This record gives sequence, structure tokens and C-alpha cells, in this order.
Amino acid sequence: MLTLTPILAITGLALVFGLLLGYSNIRFHVEGDPIADQIDALLPQTQCGQCGFPGCRPYAEAIATGEAEINRCVPGGETVIIALADLLGRDPLPLDADVGEPKPKAVAVIDENECIGCTLCLQACPVDAIIGAAKQMHTVVRDLCTGCELCVPPCPVECIHMEPIKEDIRTWRWPYPEVEFEPAREATA
Amino acid sequence: MTPPNQQRLWRFHGGLHLPDNKAQSLGRELTQATVPQRLILPLQQHIGEEDKPLVAVGERVLKGQMIARSKAYISAPIHAPTSGTVASIGPEPIPHPSGLVATCIVIEPDGEDAWAELPEPMDDYQQRDRADLRERVRWAGIVGLGGAAFPTSVKLNPGPNVRIKTLIINGAECEPYITCDDMLMRTRAPRIVSGIKILKHLLEVEECLIGIEDNKPVAIAAMRQAVTDAGLQKTRVVTIPTLYPSGGEKQLIHILTGKEVPSHAIPAQIGVVCHNVGTTAAIADAVLEGKPLLSRIVTLTGDGVAEPRNLEALIGTPVSDLIAQAGGYTNAVYKLILGGPMMGIALHTDAVPLTKAANCLLVASREEAPDPSPVRPCIRCGECARVCPVSLLPQQMYWYARAKDFDKVQAYNLFDCIECGCCSHVCPAHLPLVQFYRFAKNEIWAQEEEKRKAEQARQRHEARQARLERLERERKAKLRKKKEALEKKKGAGGKEQDAKKAAIEAAMKRVAEKKAAAAAPKNTEGLTPAQQRQVDNAEARRRAAETEGEQEK
Repeated sequence: MLTLTPILAITGLALVFGLLLGYSNIRFHVEGDPIADQIDALLPQTQCGQCGFPGCRPYAEAIATGEAEINRCVPGGETVIIALADLLGRDPLPLDADVGEPKPKAVAVIDENECIGCTLCLQACPVDAIIGAAKQMHTVVRDLCTGCELCVPPCPVECIHMEPIKEDIRTWRWPYPEVEFEPAREATA
Repeated sequence: MTPPNQQRLWRFHGGLHLPDNKAQSLGRELTQATVPQRLILPLQQHIGEEDKPLVAVGERVLKGQMIARSKAYISAPIHAPTSGTVASIGPEPIPHPSGLVATCIVIEPDGEDAWAELPEPMDDYQQRDRADLRERVRWAGIVGLGGAAFPTSVKLNPGPNVRIKTLIINGAECEPYITCDDMLMRTRAPRIVSGIKILKHLLEVEECLIGIEDNKPVAIAAMRQAVTDAGLQKTRVVTIPTLYPSGGEKQLIHILTGKEVPSHAIPAQIGVVCHNVGTTAAIADAVLEGKPLLSRIVTLTGDGVAEPRNLEALIGTPVSDLIAQAGGYTNAVYKLILGGPMMGIALHTDAVPLTKAANCLLVASREEAPDPSPVRPCIRCGECARVCPVSLLPQQMYWYARAKDFDKVQAYNLFDCIECGCCSHVCPAHLPLVQFYRFAKNEIWAQEEEKRKAEQARQRHEARQARLERLERERKAKLRKKKEALEKKKGAGGKEQDAKKAAIEAAMKRVAEKKAAAAAPKNTEGLTPAQQRQVDNAEARRRAAETEGEQEK
């Protein structure tokens, strides 16, 4: 009897906790991967694919599963790498040399005299920022363009070019103040 | 008991006693500036959305004609300050810290000063609908003339559930050197009081307090006289001690009412609305005469200008013209500052125009605007926190702004900073503190904008992905249906189809046989060598002709 009590008690407890955990797993089940969601929220959503994944979401999922490093986002640059490092508790890395050089922000512009209305760029645009129809002139909606450059290669007449965003009074920002400290004076004794 | 003219005053935290340097520009009378050769009107002279031009190049415009407007709620239209021709619409230098150009409408005056048809005066404004009055102020393009240039009509509409108890008229003009509001109160006090009457009716307020710093006794007397003459009830001119920055909206409200505007809130939320004296006079012009905002008083002062004075100039007048009318530059000129020495911005050129918000042009000598002294590291003396009128911790904000830790710098209420410059002024290490705050504010705004854009791109990408998947599903479903239909048909009429197929095959076989028979050369057996050569030659010619023909094609 004396040996049976603890065995029964432990078995009973194990059963109760087992059921509780099983129930919780069903009741509080989370759809999708919350870590991937958080990573996705930090990515710039240009959907440019320069990281080697077809869009920001797949890259976020690859980071979450450990398939990819955190330093492959070209448009995000240093800011995104640091934010990802913060989120995941890893050390920040320099931007991967394989994925390309960061460029100044640009938007795609269609030369409307050249456009033949082939719709190939419409199909390439990941955010539907180009409007047009077959044999009709196409145009890029500037405000929606993420500058991913995916529309440039498919164009058969090479009428799309990337135009860097010019600095005007709306986009101008106060520069970081360059402060150079006066060298400390040597103590005169 | 306090006498009726005495009002209890409160004191905000910090602040600075600065040498006011106002006498220089008050020595001469207010004069009307001449109409320049060119008037340059930037499309963005207010906080909010940029205006769109309503006129074309070459078009004749009349004085007071609206030439640019925006459909956005937070915006103010622009009117032609005099009659003339639109010379160009394009990039021109504007007064902006970046020194960049922006789109401006350039008018060449014809000297006739011919008025456009103006809306009727609203002398009976007390019987008018308040929405009509607000619409009039909006039409007149009035913005806060104290320097912020926030569209006034927006401030006149506090919302349906907000009760305004106190109207405050800001005549403090606390920044050194600037005297345009002082001059306005001295010369046009009755006009300001008419504006106060309109504002009191518009905002349904009873109590009005006019706050003026005690270094302007002439203006105080003029305003008191005008209030008495107009017989305004519950309207008091309150003399406040001279202390920078008592003219800041939130600071003045605190001095006069003892109430503090909460962080991230506007004065209307504590039942107060504050307007500058210049704005108030402009409202009177718009309502009582139907005149839009075409000119403003601007102070030209500093050791760099020969005859410091106040000028009433048309909006769009080039700064160089104004300086010429104040006697031109002296040899001492070192820096051109728009605004006062504490909050003003350095101008890169005097080709920029006078805008609605420009209250002062400080043509400073080297002594008045010395180059920044060499900086030393912060020693945490706390002097900046002692003078901050918003009770912030400037040194903490400096550390975090410097480290680009924008979450932390916001946690220290960066966005309550009014950029008054008190902290930099007293900093013994000469740190450019305000520049760090401006940088941090800009970066935070830019990051928020980027986040918003990223979110938009994500939604659009997901919507596109969903659409492509749906289309693919639909296509597959269609294909499946077709296949099923075909198979059904096949099952039903299998025999018939086999017969047909056999017939087709037989026909094709016959054709192929016939073709082969027709193409094969005849009489080619048992030829002599000479005959064979002849045949070969003929064949070669035929081939040559064939390839030539193809090339020609």
C-alpha cells in the first residue's frame, strides 16, 4: 500500500497535466508562424526577390526556420539587419556580398512613346503598381512602386528605366549633426 | 481681490531672459514696400498639402484673384498680390533650411494694381452662419502669421463636441529683434479688435485674453484703448513679464490660464484657442472687406542692414528688394536669417521671396550671429533641463538622438519639444542640441512613412497573390470540366469516331503516296556519263536559283 500511493499519485498527476497540455494545444493553437510574422513586419516589402526568395514573406519564413541568414535584404540595408538581429537575439552581420549592392531609392518609369502595350511588365509587378491593358499604353503609379526593378527585364522594347527619387522639400531631412569635439587641453602643472 | 485689469499670472518652467534688441527696428515708421519687378509665390507656404496652380503661364491675373489652391482640408489657397501676368510656373529658390528649390508661380506686375472681383463684405457676420465665416477665412488663405503657418480655418473648427472657453490673442512676440507684431498693434489696434470680435462670435467664446510682453508699453496702451473704444466685454489686455519663449502657444496659455496643454494634445482640448495678432487682423480684413491675405508686416533688422525698420510688403516680394528698401546691406553683414536669432533659419540667398510665415529678416553681423563655438562633450551639468520651457530632459534626448535610438528619444517626449533653442543657448559645451532633435524628428517621421508604405506594399502583394491563385484555380476548374465533357462525348460516340479517324488516316495515306510519286525523278536509270553530268549540272543550277530566290526574299 505504501509503495502504491506515490505511484498512483504521480500517474494521476501525469494524466491530469497530459490532458491539460493536450487540451491547451487544441484550444490555443496558433495558425501560421508568429516569428515569421514578426520578421515579415520588419522587412521593407518591396518584394524584389534580391534575397533569393520570391518575395518578403518567403524570406521571412526562411529566416524563421533558419534556412537563411538575416543579412540578405538589400533595400532594407543596415537598418533591417539590426532590427532583425534585435528581434532574433543574434549578432548583426554585414550585408551579404552575393545579393548585390544597395542603391539609392528609385521608382520605375515607362517611356510612354516606346511602350507597345505588351502587358509583360504588368505581370511582373509584385504590387500591381502598373496599369494598362493589351495594346494600350502602360504607366507606373509612382506612389505604389516599391522600386523592385522586376518590371525592367521583361520589357521587350526596353522602355522601362529606374528613376532615382529626387530630393525636394518634401523628402528633405535635417542631416545628422556632425559634431567634432575639441581635443581636451593638456593639464598644465 | 484683484482689480479688474489685473489678472493672475502663472509661470512656465524655465525660459530665458535675453537682450531683446527690439529698439533698432522700432525707430522708423511702418512703411509700405514698393511693388517689385517679380513676385515669387511658392505653392507651399503653409503646413499641409501643397497647392495646385489655377492659372497658366502668360495669363493675366488681377489683384486678389486666387491663383493656387488644394482640395485637402489642411491647406490654404494663394492669391495674386497685385495685377500682372504669370511669367512662369517652375522651380525657384525658397526660404527653407535645405536651400532647395520648389515650384513657385512668378508674377510680373503691370503696375495697375487692378482688383479682381472680391466677395461681398460680411459686416453682418453676427447673423451669418459660422460655417460661411469659416469658409471665408479659408478662402482668404489665412495661415498662422506668428511663424507656424498653420491654416487658420482649421483652427477655427474645433469640432462638434468641443466647447471653447477662452480665446487667447498672442501679442507676446518674445523672440529678440522681431517687432512686426508690436508695430501692427501700435498702428492697427482697432483692426485687431475687430478681428477679436469676429473670432469671439465664430468660436462662441465669452472670455478673451490678449497677452503682450511688458517690453511693449506703446502696443499695450494702443490695444487697451482699442478694446475700450470697441466696448468689448470680458476682453482684457494682459501684460506678461518678458521671458523667452512666452510667445509659444502652450507657454502663453500656461501664463494666462494656468492650464497646461497635455502632451500630444491641442489647446482646443482644454477649451482654449490661441491666435496671433497678425492673423486676427487678417481675419478682420477677410470678413469685413472680403480681402484675401496679400501682404504682411515684416521686420528688417540687424547690424547688416543700413536702416532697420518694419515694412508692409506683398507676399512674394524678393528678400533682396526688401533689404534694398531698408537702406541696403552694410559692411557688417555676415549672415541672413529668416525669423529671429533663436528659432530662425539661415538663408542661402536673398533671391528667396517673402512668404506668409516670414515675420523677420535678421541681417546679422558676425557679433550678432557668431559661428558655433567648438563643441565639447556633455558633462551633464543639467543647465538645459533647468531652462527647458516644456520641462523636458534635453541631455537625455541628446544622448539618444546621437545614438539614433529613436524609441528611447520618443520615450523622453521628443515630440513635445518646441525647438525654442533655450537648451543650446545655455549649453556650456556648445552642443547643437536642437539640430539633434530636428534630425531625430525627421528620421522618426521618415521611418513611419516607410512603415506605412511597406504595409501598403504588403497588402497589395498579398491581394495580388490571392488573385493569381484564384485565377489559377478557376483555369484548372475550367480545364477539368472541358476534359470531363470530352471524355463523356468520347464514351458516347466511340465507334463513330473510330470510323472517322480511319477514313482520315486512309485519305492522308493516299495523299502521301501521290506526293511521293509526283516528286520522284523519272527516266534516271541506265544513263551515259555525259547524260549524268548534264543532269547534275541542271540540278546544281536549280539549287543555286533556289537559294538565290530565298536570299532575295
